[in-house]
Amino acid sequence: MKKKTFGALFRHGFLLAVVIYTLIPIFFTLGTSLKLFRDIISGSLLFKPTLINYERLLNPSQSNFLRLTTNSLLIAAGTMAVVLVIASLAAYSLSRFNWHPLWNGLIQGIILFIHMMPPVTFLSPLYLISRALNIYDTPVAVIMGHIILTLPTAIWILLDFFAEIPKEIEEASIVDGASHFQSLTQVMLPIIQPGLASAGALTFIFSWRDFLFALSLTTTPRGMTIPVGISSFVQEYSIRYGEMAAGSFFAMIPALLMVAFAQRYIIKGMTMGALKE
Amino acid sequence: MDHSTYFSLSSKPPGWKTRFSNFIDRTFKIWTILPLILVLIFLVAYPTVQLLRMSVSEVKIVQGKTVWTFVGLKHLYTALEDQIVPVALRNTIVFVIAVVILETILALVIALLVSRSHHLVGLYRTVFLIPLLIPPVAIGTMWRLMYDYNYGFINQVLGLIGIAGPTWTADKKLALPSIILVDLWHWTSFMFLIILAGLESLPQEINEAARVDGASEAQVFRFITLPLLKPTLVTAVMLRTIFAFKVFDEIYLLTGGGPGTATEMISLYIYKVFSNQFRMGYASFLALALAIIISVFVIFYRRIGRRLA
Repeated sequence: MKKKTFGALFRHGFLLAVVIYTLIPIFFTLGTSLKLFRDIISGSLLFKPTLINYERLLNPSQSNFLRLTTNSLLIAAGTMAVVLVIASLAAYSLSRFNWHPLWNGLIQGIILFIHMMPPVTFLSPLYLISRALNIYDTPVAVIMGHIILTLPTAIWILLDFFAEIPKEIEEASIVDGASHFQSLTQVMLPIIQPGLASAGALTFIFSWRDFLFALSLTTTPRGMTIPVGISSFVQEYSIRYGEMAAGSFFAMIPALLMVAFAQRYIIKGMTMGALKE
Repeated sequence: MDHSTYFSLSSKPPGWKTRFSNFIDRTFKIWTILPLILVLIFLVAYPTVQLLRMSVSEVKIVQGKTVWTFVGLKHLYTALEDQIVPVALRNTIVFVIAVVILETILALVIALLVSRSHHLVGLYRTVFLIPLLIPPVAIGTMWRLMYDYNYGFINQVLGLIGIAGPTWTADKKLALPSIILVDLWHWTSFMFLIILAGLESLPQEINEAARVDGASEAQVFRFITLPLLKPTLVTAVMLRTIFAFKVFDEIYLLTGGGPGTATEMISLYIYKVFSNQFRMGYASFLALALAIIISVFVIFYRRIGRRLA
C-alpha cells in the first residue's frame, strides 16, 4: 500500500510540475500586462496592479486595437456562419445519400489535401483573387482564407455526428411525408446540435487565432485582425512590453472562455478531427 | 402532411410550386453538396491552377492590373542557386524531427500518467488544452517576454541564483533550441490529447489479466499497451509531422528567422519572398515545391502507417 501512495505522489508531482510549466508564461504575461513600465524593469513580484496598459490599448484615440477587435470578431463570426452552413449541408449529403465511392473518395481526398497543405501555399493565389475581386484589405478577404483553414475539421466533426444517427430516424420522417429539407432542418440538425457546437467553437477559435492569412491579405486597420496588431508591437524598435502583454492576454480571452465553458465539445472535436485519418 | 396529394386520382396536374419542391426534394443530394463543390472549385482548384501558372511566370501588379510574363523553369534555377533555400530546408527538417520526437515521448509519458490517475484528471485536461487554443501570436509574444534578456522571467530566475542568463533567441546557437522549446510548450498537448484518447479506448481487461499473471508494469507497457497503441501513435506522429512543416507565427515573432539565418524556415522564407521581396512567381514556385514534398511525404507515410498498424 505504501508503495502505491508513493507512486501516486510521484505521478501527481510530475503532472503538477507540467501544469505549472504550462501556466507560467500565461501568468507572467498577465502580470506584465498589469504593471507600470518601472515595475516591469524592476522585475519585483510585489507591485500595484494597474489597468493602464489595457486602457491605452482600448482607447480609440491612442490605438486602433478596438477596430482590430471588431474585425477579428466579424471575421471569426462570418467564417463560422459560412463554414457551418456549407459543412453541415455537405456532411448531410455525404453521409445520407448513396454517393459513388469515387466521388466520395475524391471529395474526402481534396478535404484531406487542404488540411495537410501549409497555409503559405495559398498565399499568392488568394492575394491575386482578393485583388481581382477588389476585396483586398477587407474582412471578406480574410474570411476567404479562413474558410480554407477551418472547413476540413468542421466537415469531419459533422460527418461523425451524422454517421451516429441511425438511418431509421430519417427514413421514418420521410415516410411520414417530410421532404428531405424538412427532415434535415427539423429532425437531423436538432439531433446533431452538440456537433454543430463543437464544429462552430473550433471554427471560431481557429479563425480568431490565425495570423498568416490576416497578415498577407490586409495592410491597414480596415481588414487587420488582433494577431496582426500584436505583431506590430513587437516589430517596433522600442518594445512596448506592457501593451504587448496586455494585447496578448486580451487575445487569449476567447480561448480561455472556451476552455472553461465548452471544453467537452472542443476536446471531442479536436481528437475526432485528428483521428479521422 | 397531406397524404391525399400523393394518392389523388384527380387528373389535375400539380401546380408549379409542388413540381418545383418535388424537383428540389428529388435532387436534394446535389443541392446539399453544391456549396462545398463551389467552395472547393473557387478556393482550392482555381488557386491550385493559379499556383501552377505563377510558378512558371513572373507576376507583377502594375497600376492595379496583374501582368503575367511566362519564364518557364527560371524559378527552378533561382531556387537551386538560392543560398537560403538549403539552410531553410535544413532548419525545417531539424526542427520537425526534434519537435516530433520530443513531443511524442513527452506526451506519451504525460498521457500514461494521466490515464492512471483518478484525481485531478479534469485539471490536467483543462490546463493542457490551453496552449492549443490561444493564438500562436500570443504564444510568440509571451515567450518573447519570457526570453527577454533584461526583464524576462527566465533570466530573472537565473539571476536569483547568480547566473547571468544568455540572450536566448538572439544567440546563434541557442535560437533554434529556444524555438523548439516554445513549440514543445505549444504542441505537446495535441499529442497528449490524441494519445490519451487512444489509451482510453484500449480494453483494460488484458492489462489486469497480465498483472494477475505476474507481469511487471514495464512488461505490461512494453508487451501490451505499446503494441495496442501503435496505430494511434502512427497517426499522431504523421499528423504532427505535417503540422510541424507549417510552423510560422511563433518564429515570425520570436526571431524573424534570425539571428542571421539560424532559425530560417521554409514557410517563413516563402512568406518573405512573397511579402518583403514581392516576388510572387518565385514564392509560388517554392510553395509548390513545399506542397509536393509534403504530398510525397503523406503518401509515403500512409503506406508505412498501413504496414505498421
